[in-house]
Amino acid sequence: MNFFNLSFRYKIPLWGSMLILLSTLAVSATLIIDAFNELRDDLVIDAQTLGIALEPALSAAMSRDDVWSVYTSIAAALSRTGEAERAKFSSAVVADTAARVYVAAPPTVAPMLTELRNVNSDYASIAERLQSDTTESGFAITPANSDRQYFVLPITDHEVRYGTLILSLNRQSVLPRFSEIALRGLLVGTVILCILLPFNWYWGRRMAEPLVELIERMRNVGKQLPETLDPAVYSHRDELGSLFKTYNKMLTDLKAREELERQVVQSDRLAALGQLAAGVAHEINNPLGGMLMAIDTLKSHTVIDSRTAKTIALIERGLGQIKETVGALLVEAKTKSRNLTTSDIEDVLVLILPQAHGKRLKIDWHNQIAGAVALPATLVRQVLINLLLNAVRAANTDGVVACHLAQTGNKFSVSIANDGRLLTAEEMTHLFEPFSPLSEDGHGLGLWVCYQIVHQLGGSITAQCKDQRMCFDVELPTAEPAP
Amino acid sequence: MATRSPARYRHVTFAAQIQRAVRQLLTILFCLVASLAAAEETGRPIRFGLTPVIVADQAKLLEAWRSYLQKRLGRPVTFVVRENYSDTMELIKHDLLDFAWVSDYPYVTLEQTHRARLLVTPIHRNSATYHALLIVPVADQVTTSIFDLEGKIFAYADANSFTGYLVPRSELQTGGKNPAKFFRKTFFTHGHQRVVEAVAIGLANGGMVDGFIWESLARLRPSLTEKTRIVAQSGEYGFPPIVARQSMSPTEAAAMRKVLIDMADDREGAALLADLNIDGFVDGDRHLYDGVLEMMKVMGEL
Repeated sequence: MNFFNLSFRYKIPLWGSMLILLSTLAVSATLIIDAFNELRDDLVIDAQTLGIALEPALSAAMSRDDVWSVYTSIAAALSRTGEAERAKFSSAVVADTAARVYVAAPPTVAPMLTELRNVNSDYASIAERLQSDTTESGFAITPANSDRQYFVLPITDHEVRYGTLILSLNRQSVLPRFSEIALRGLLVGTVILCILLPFNWYWGRRMAEPLVELIERMRNVGKQLPETLDPAVYSHRDELGSLFKTYNKMLTDLKAREELERQVVQSDRLAALGQLAAGVAHEINNPLGGMLMAIDTLKSHTVIDSRTAKTIALIERGLGQIKETVGALLVEAKTKSRNLTTSDIEDVLVLILPQAHGKRLKIDWHNQIAGAVALPATLVRQVLINLLLNAVRAANTDGVVACHLAQTGNKFSVSIANDGRLLTAEEMTHLFEPFSPLSEDGHGLGLWVCYQIVHQLGGSITAQCKDQRMCFDVELPTAEPAP
Repeated sequence: MATRSPARYRHVTFAAQIQRAVRQLLTILFCLVASLAAAEETGRPIRFGLTPVIVADQAKLLEAWRSYLQKRLGRPVTFVVRENYSDTMELIKHDLLDFAWVSDYPYVTLEQTHRARLLVTPIHRNSATYHALLIVPVADQVTTSIFDLEGKIFAYADANSFTGYLVPRSELQTGGKNPAKFFRKTFFTHGHQRVVEAVAIGLANGGMVDGFIWESLARLRPSLTEKTRIVAQSGEYGFPPIVARQSMSPTEAAAMRKVLIDMADDREGAALLADLNIDGFVDGDRHLYDGVLEMMKVMGEL
């Protein structure tokens, strides 16, 4: 599995953890190395301090050839504790000016009077360096292949050289002190990691989860419109926040477009249906007129027995029903009509009130129309009656039907709402089609007629759920603006 | 009287003044001497010198002994501890110490020069004598006498020490060797105990020490003596004595002598003696130290 293909949910925290780990290690390592260097410098200082402290006693004792005093001085210095705890010098050798061992502590390191170069290879290299070194200041030396470090310090008094003090330090003895420093460094590092890692993990998840959620939604965009993202998931206004915002805007746009498409498809279908219905109605209307005329002629010019008369009446009623239905289908809006007045509208209220009383409905009537509206009165009245009757039928018993009428500028608007059952999305799709199955009595042509009239008048009719009410909105352009 | 001039009058007055001043001065001096003499008898502290003839680092024991002596003598006692014999000898020579516990060699020197006299001699294991021990590091299992140490490093206790300096040099001289050239290197540790230390740690290849000190150390610090091996033992010599300065008043010397000799008779004194690792003190016999005198004469030290 490739690390780079991992989900952000893991990758961000992992990357963060790795970086934290690396930087903590780097910082810890630097501190430890620094501490080690400091320790090494301290050892040199320790050795020098010791040398300076011993110098007067050593030079005085050497000047009177007091071996025992020299020995006790260096032996005491070796057994000294306290500040020298950093590392204890394991041995001290005092050499005379002829590079011979004057005295050593412990004496087993080098017998008295041994040539320094004969003690061992370490001291041989010290002797060599002493020979070439004329600076009269001390030096530290780590002979090749030796596990010891030596601090070589001159013993002088008033510019008289009495000899050399050689302090030996076992490098292993520094290790406990060093490991103590290293351990402390690692401990601090661990504490830092313990604080930073959970924080990083939380932060990483916090960054990744909104992204992941976004991606999962985006993945479904082709198939269906996903839900909008809850802004609470990521409320900040950074790039991720803008991404959320943009996504939600895109979703709103997509939804609006889908709605538009749906409306276009619906109106196209309704238009096709209208044409079909009108065509069929015309084709039926012509022979129907002939048939009705023939029956009329038959009735008035021929003596017919009662039985035939009964049959003719039957045919006549049937043809009448066909005519009525076809007439209903064939909405003819182009007929001349007088302009709508406010009394036309109030008449409609009077017409429906009896039915409304039957269901003890409350009619919420808001008519803001004053004077005439440049719209054909008959057609508008028919639309109003259809919609109001539907509303009264659909409303609950003891319910409410609300009707708002207004004209603003060149727009006449009607809004009729009832508190009855809300229509499903499926029902809404086929709402304005003829022979609607929703119609409990009648042809189911009421809304179809309304639709045809409104469209022929160049307006729009929509149905939607508003505040738990089924609401029908009609908008019609008027030839003249409101007075 | 009438002829007396003012100048003469002044002169007489001046002479009388001087006479009076001298008289007063003499009176004061007399009083001072009298009071000093009285103080010497009672209040002045006794100054008791100690040399490394006994094991050092026993402050508690020395303090107990000092207060014991103080109590018995009925006057203050001060112990004057010096690192080496010569300092103590110098103090006695200048009458700055009243008594001192010294090595045979200083004692004989002081007596020969009439600076001090023998007071008492300690008894160790029922004997008023002691001997010197030749010791080498325990790792050295081959040395059988001092002559095997030719060209080695040798530790001396002190140039004024009997067992730690005079005895080994005398042995070499009697053996026909030149003590000055026999060893490759010698050094002084200023104390028998330190000679033992120097040999124990291997700083010196050998050393000669006071047998009494070595035995005391074997009891107090066996870890140190275990690292040394006794190679040879010298003849017997008088035990390092306690001396009194020559000018010491006989009554004071006698008081101190009595207190020291009586130590073994009371419980507190006996306990102190046990801690000092000796049985008691007896009157000193000068003949005990004749061997030392002889040796010094042979070595040309006198």
